[in-house]
Amino acid sequence: MSQPSISKSMTIGESGLAAVFAVTAFLCVIAAAKALDAPFAFHASLAAAASLASVFVILNNYFGRPAALPPQEINGRPNYNMGPIKFTAFMAVFWGIAGFLVGLIIASQLAWPALNFDLQWIQFGRLRPLHTSAVIFAFGGNVLIGTSLYVVQKSCRARLAGYLAPWFVVVGYNFFIVIAGTGYLLGVTQSKEYAEPEWYADLWLTIVWVAYLLVFLATVIKRKEPHIFVANWFYLAFIVTIAVLHLGNNPALPVSLFGSKSYIAWGGIQDAMFQWWYGHNAVGFFLTAGFLAIMYYFVPKRAERPVYSYRLSIVHFWALIFLYIWAGPHHLHYTALPDWTQTLGMTFSVMLWMPSWGGMINGLMTLSGAWDKLRTDPVLRMLVVSVAFYGMSTFEGPMMSIKVVNSLSHYTDWTIGHVHSGALGWVGFVSFGALYCLVPWVWNRKGLYSLKLVNWHFWIATLGIVLYISAMWVSGILQGLMWRAYTSLGFLEYSFIETVEAMHPFYIIRAAGGALFLIGSLIMAYNLWMTVRVGEAEVQAPVALQPAE
Amino acid sequence: MTDHSEIDSVSGKSTTGHEWDGIKELNTPLPRWWVMTFYLTIIWAIGYWVVYPAWPLISSNTTGVFGYSSRADVAVELANLEKVRGDKMVALGKASLADIEKDPALLALARAKGKTVFGDNCAPCHGSGAAGAKGYPNLNDDDWLWGGTLDQIMATIQYGARSGHAKGHEGQMLAFGKDGVLKADEIVTVANYVRALSGLSTRQGYDAAKGTKLFADNCASCHGDAGKGNQDMGAPNLTDKIWLYGSDESTLIETISNGRAGVMPAWEGRLDPATIKAMAVYVHSLGGGK
Repeated sequence: MSQPSISKSMTIGESGLAAVFAVTAFLCVIAAAKALDAPFAFHASLAAAASLASVFVILNNYFGRPAALPPQEINGRPNYNMGPIKFTAFMAVFWGIAGFLVGLIIASQLAWPALNFDLQWIQFGRLRPLHTSAVIFAFGGNVLIGTSLYVVQKSCRARLAGYLAPWFVVVGYNFFIVIAGTGYLLGVTQSKEYAEPEWYADLWLTIVWVAYLLVFLATVIKRKEPHIFVANWFYLAFIVTIAVLHLGNNPALPVSLFGSKSYIAWGGIQDAMFQWWYGHNAVGFFLTAGFLAIMYYFVPKRAERPVYSYRLSIVHFWALIFLYIWAGPHHLHYTALPDWTQTLGMTFSVMLWMPSWGGMINGLMTLSGAWDKLRTDPVLRMLVVSVAFYGMSTFEGPMMSIKVVNSLSHYTDWTIGHVHSGALGWVGFVSFGALYCLVPWVWNRKGLYSLKLVNWHFWIATLGIVLYISAMWVSGILQGLMWRAYTSLGFLEYSFIETVEAMHPFYIIRAAGGALFLIGSLIMAYNLWMTVRVGEAEVQAPVALQPAE
Repeated sequence: MTDHSEIDSVSGKSTTGHEWDGIKELNTPLPRWWVMTFYLTIIWAIGYWVVYPAWPLISSNTTGVFGYSSRADVAVELANLEKVRGDKMVALGKASLADIEKDPALLALARAKGKTVFGDNCAPCHGSGAAGAKGYPNLNDDDWLWGGTLDQIMATIQYGARSGHAKGHEGQMLAFGKDGVLKADEIVTVANYVRALSGLSTRQGYDAAKGTKLFADNCASCHGDAGKGNQDMGAPNLTDKIWLYGSDESTLIETISNGRAGVMPAWEGRLDPATIKAMAVYVHSLGGGK
């Protein structure tokens, strides 16, 4: 097939995908016309427009491209596919800022409720899932997909599998985000925490996620390295388990095929158990395993040091994924969940402590011999501090799962503080560190536009996190103690509204912390933008390998 | 696999020989403290499984040697509570308001119960300290719209005001402006007359004689000739310097022009009689009870 005179023809993927999108566009137009509720009509129209646009883009690309598809290798070196990664890097920064901003808005609404302006679309109840989904699934998800598609190529020395498939994954995933997010604002939700999108968004995500798994696996299978790098184990665990969790938690029967409302197949305590099996493992496999994969590639790469312990990486990997999946019931302590289930959830959470810390040890100890770089490289500092926050949250988590501690912490702001030490400190910082590395690499730049700005980002965001989590610790413990205070006659010492009044100063401090975190991310966006716009190009050929260390 | 392994010059440890995109791995053994702590948590978990309910069986579960059950725990706590105040609560339910006033133990119980119930039900309008807000009376002072005796307070809680309940308090401030009873300049005059009743300043050119006549013709039927109010109609005392909506001229003009008809909901049927009784005692004890 190497003759230059080869006649051009569509690949099966191109013709198939164009045909499927054409049919989808037609079906979506019908769905929009017969829709029973306005949000469904809006989403069906959006899907019809997106499908038509996809057909156009596929055909337009076909007519514009050379006859031969991009080669797997050029001059014996892998011809890496960086386009989809650039897209996710851009989307990650965009969604990150959007998600942090919505977080700041709802934090402010908690301190000053009048800020919802009595508008239904910006009520706390609608913006809260928008915030969590935007930061976890939109920001975190794009970082995970982007870095995974980068790391799998580099560590397998193979071009990403598929021609259109990687683009289908990254664009399809972001379309899911748009459907989910606009749905929340319009009041479309199945009311399951972190799994709010309705049935049709869930179905679409399933298709995209399977495509993601196939692209990732196919790339691993055609690798040129004899072994599979540890980061890829973690990425694979993340992709496979998220698929299982998504399917397990979301089986639902739509009221109508032309309406947004559906009912979950599970009921009562089984539904609650499924929900927190899902919810906690979204933390375990999305926010832990996935971001540990990032840590395992970006920390050694940036520090230019070998991974501290291969053995530890194997043992803690298997221990982590085996134990995590049991931990969900600790979200349902002192509820209708049977005692034995609560016991299992709690004990497995405590056993999870060391397997979680295995990642922290490997991350931190990889720095041995390179600690001096922390003084000069704020990107590495960000990555290392993220690992420290990871260690702190994965100690706090097992502790909070112990029933006596949980009886104080449950339903209080302590939980919010715990989540954010993990989310801002660990997930946020490791993502920022990875983006600061990734953007110059994929856009072929010598380095970042400004390390000084990274330094500013680091300190402003760190201050924000400290304000946020310390405010939530204090208010959470205060809240828990006020809730459980009894008089000698067995009456509650404080009414609920008195505990809400007591939270007010801490809510203001929390909002201030969130504002600092948002400011940091804006500095990052500017820095990355300038890196792409005016950064000096790396001299080597665009397809070359990174030089051997 | 090991044929590429080398000694890392910084740590002195050997590598595994793997390399991906320049990343190598050290062949470091598992940290001892890590393994030991991991084992310890596993042993602790197994111990916990032995003593607490832990593993599902075909149709039941292991119950653990401690025989723990969260349901039994709740039953114990409820039994303790019954011991602390069970009899007293029965007595409270049977006692009349006058009996409660006379019995210090019942009084303390009623106040404690009333405080809790107040926080959950009344605080949203009257404030958690019962200090009220614009349109919601302060319950700490001795100024009562519908009467401040125990029985009167209890009736107000039970049936409410303008609540739609058949026994609820009725009567409202009329909209003298909106309904065309008074002209705009007359309303300003009345507003200044009302301010003068409390010794507040009046605007320049205020005609006191005209104010007195307008008040006598329009307001005195409810608020009384001297403006001292009438609790049968819920007409506030205008001379006591306590203001439900505000004493500034523009607020008074608004009140006189559009009238006022704040609603106190009826709690009968929403709270049980003993609870309403306790709440009446609590509100009565806040400082202004007659």
